[in-house]
Amino acid sequence: MRFIPHTEEERRQMLNLLGIENTDRLFEGIPREVRLNRELQVDGGLSEMELSRHMASLAEVNTGVDKTICFLGAGAYDHYVPSAVKHILSRSEFYTAYTPYQPEISQGVLQSIFEYQSMICLLTGMDVANASMYDGASALAEAALMACASTRRDRVVVARTVHPEYREVVRTYLYGPGIKISEAPYREGLTRAEDAAGLLDQNTAALLVQYPNFFGCIEDLRKLAEAAHSVGALLVVCADPIALGMLKSPGQCGADIVVGEGQPLGIPLSYGGPYLGFLACREKFLRKMPGRIVGQTTDVDGRRAYVLTLQAREQHIRRDKATSNICSNQALCALAATVYLSLVGRHGLRQVAELCLQKTAYARNLLAKLPGYRLPWQSPVFKEFVIETKVAPEIINRELLKHNILGGLDLGRYYPELAGHMLFCVTEKRSRREIDLLADRLGAMS
Amino acid sequence: MTEKLIFELGSPGRRGVEFPAGDVPATALHELLPREYLREQSPPLPEVGELDAVRHYVRLSRMNFGVDVGFYPLGSCTMKYNPKVAEDAAALNGFANLHPYQPAELSQGALRLMYETQQDLAEITGMDAFTLQPAAGAHGEMTGMLMIKAYLESKGETGRTKVIVPDSAHGTNPATATLCGFQVVEVKSDERGGVDLAALKQVLGPDVAALMLTNPSTLGLFEDHIIEIADLVHRAGGLLYYDGANLNAIMGYARPGDMGFDVVHLNLHKTFGTPHGGGGPGAGPVGVKAELEPFLPKPVVIKQGDSYLLDYKRPQSIGRVKAFYGNFGVVVKAYTYLRALGGRGLKQVSEFAVLNANYLMKRLSNHLRIPYRRVCMHEFVASPPRECKERGIKTLDIAKRLLDYGYHPPTVYFPLIVEEAIMIEPTETESKETLDRFADSLIKVLEEARENPETLKNAPYTTPVRRLDEVAAARKPVLGWFPE
Repeated sequence: MRFIPHTEEERRQMLNLLGIENTDRLFEGIPREVRLNRELQVDGGLSEMELSRHMASLAEVNTGVDKTICFLGAGAYDHYVPSAVKHILSRSEFYTAYTPYQPEISQGVLQSIFEYQSMICLLTGMDVANASMYDGASALAEAALMACASTRRDRVVVARTVHPEYREVVRTYLYGPGIKISEAPYREGLTRAEDAAGLLDQNTAALLVQYPNFFGCIEDLRKLAEAAHSVGALLVVCADPIALGMLKSPGQCGADIVVGEGQPLGIPLSYGGPYLGFLACREKFLRKMPGRIVGQTTDVDGRRAYVLTLQAREQHIRRDKATSNICSNQALCALAATVYLSLVGRHGLRQVAELCLQKTAYARNLLAKLPGYRLPWQSPVFKEFVIETKVAPEIINRELLKHNILGGLDLGRYYPELAGHMLFCVTEKRSRREIDLLADRLGAMS
Repeated sequence: MTEKLIFELGSPGRRGVEFPAGDVPATALHELLPREYLREQSPPLPEVGELDAVRHYVRLSRMNFGVDVGFYPLGSCTMKYNPKVAEDAAALNGFANLHPYQPAELSQGALRLMYETQQDLAEITGMDAFTLQPAAGAHGEMTGMLMIKAYLESKGETGRTKVIVPDSAHGTNPATATLCGFQVVEVKSDERGGVDLAALKQVLGPDVAALMLTNPSTLGLFEDHIIEIADLVHRAGGLLYYDGANLNAIMGYARPGDMGFDVVHLNLHKTFGTPHGGGGPGAGPVGVKAELEPFLPKPVVIKQGDSYLLDYKRPQSIGRVKAFYGNFGVVVKAYTYLRALGGRGLKQVSEFAVLNANYLMKRLSNHLRIPYRRVCMHEFVASPPRECKERGIKTLDIAKRLLDYGYHPPTVYFPLIVEEAIMIEPTETESKETLDRFADSLIKVLEEARENPETLKNAPYTTPVRRLDEVAAARKPVLGWFPE
């Protein structure tokens, strides 16, 4: 299949107009020395029927969360996606559009982003949100850069309780401009304000924390904000959007910039992407904000309408002086989150959050009572918790898989001091029966 | 046509989806969380029914223009048709429901797909190794430039602080170079639209890290001095970076790797048929020559015997640019596209993309000013005829009038070096009759410009909303809905 509509006759007519016999003439500007004189060795040329069969056969080799009982989280979550989300996302007026540069014929994407920005502000307690970023990790990294630009300082402190891969991304982004990073330790699964304070000084642009953190524990943002603000640094919070349905908003706790991963809001796991980074801040940092922003205005007839705005921050205008090099967003993923939040609504988001909280508490208590398992920390958690295991996590997970259970993350992989610890996740999708089954199987292994 | 905000619809207490009641014994909230951690009130999200929400977003979709709606000759963006079979493939349970941390033995099909995509992209571009991690073109640029930085540092070349960017380059190029800690040096284009070799020679030196180049350039012209340019940059000790935005013009004809490029990024959402999503998600894989391979972001998908796995043991890696492994769902669509086309089909893609662009340029050559009268590649740049200027008609007015004819306008005002630029990229998936109809419409618009310029200045008339007050939007920003 080529998706090229030309008939041989049309091709001939077009060549005639150009006054050439064949299309090779059009490529004569390519110097002979660099021309490829063989066919590309790329398999293909399949008909749609063959292609569908081939793709299905590749997909069948994989076993996903639809065929297992998933207790794995750690930044990618098995939440329920309402049917209507997928149906709206399959409207090709949305998904086959480019960035809304022509607002007159892009009101659909523009208004949905405006609604998205509004919802992100409501969840985070911030004044302004951008049109979205690549994912939670890159949003956190951009927030760190933004904090440095806003404070004109060149150091950041990152809590070790922030997702290890997010910290790696922050490190990569800060390598270019040469910004220094130090990491704040944790105790009882939490970042203590006094520990963070020891690392913060007059050169620190921001303290970066996660809420709930990578271990599922809920950081005391208010104290962390005080610690950051006391040296003139910003508090950057990377938040779980489902938790924000019931937890105090970071804005209420003193955060200056709030980012996070929007995947829990109606976006499939899809082996890690595409996901949705959200980024919001207090109004005073607006001009340093990276990425697209949609604003409200009117058309010549006075009708309310939406448009990309404040573009003087962006690369296509400012080139090497831009706030970031980002020139797109994750519009379709932002649309998914917007439709999801509309459907679950004011009461549903809190209900999903409470279901996660209650089921996680139930699972945590159950597992803690099993011989051979121990809770290392008592700090309050949301939808994930850490448990210490006598049997090696690797062996546990292999055994669980025999019973069709996707077990928790082996934390030793990221935290050497936490070898023999696992991170379990319990979303609203897990039933009591499934949690009991997990406890049964773990109990049988101790 | 306007649509209320979702916040203005529905009724207090209404819900769009119901969840089952909890099936575990409930614990009092204050036993689980300190009271001061809890919100006093739920965030004031919409309270709408499923039908309210569905109708609202379907109505919004009808106020949006995509490739599926009509011709979208947006230069530099390669708005080709996005095959439906690829959408279906990415939505298969065996792809959409994979957790990124599930064991590799449960993900062999996914890893194989990623591995083969890496291999195919390397073959198409003439590079040695690929990463699929970057989420977009600009993200790929950052990845590539950081690898160049790390590579140079590993050789002790810490004095290379400058990056050369032609004046015709995408804005992301200079922005990326700055983000990566380099200073940007701009070189001008010569009268044929290529890099001015004399100007290049003047800026090349021991402080230059790299030259970032798009080839064909943003003018739609093949840089025919590419061998000389590559030689000059390499002899000065710099590296050559390829912005793959325009790869759709040359697949199967020439490869960046063979031209001397050391690092390339591709846009799967341009060249490889994946949809643009209204601004994303896309994917921006990066390929490198063997010398730079150790610096690729980790993990990289490798093959050992008959199995595929994620390789994290890469001590010289620049690290990660994204959590997990990239926009896998987009990669699935690009892989589906590759298997549909194959090597021969990919060459035909470029053949017809270039044929379509030249045909359209010829059809319009007596009506628009074409500053570079050469064979173009997959796109061409033009300016409105002089009489437009005399009548106060700008490119913007022409673009807005095209909306009334049912087209997405071409890219306008880019590249910056062409006055009132109009950049047209038809892509290979458009038929001759579509090109003819578009040419006829554009010619008619130019006639209107001569005979009745006011028609253009006030266009569009038939769109859901008309011209917007963008100045007011920026001066007094209203960036969200907030409860009273």
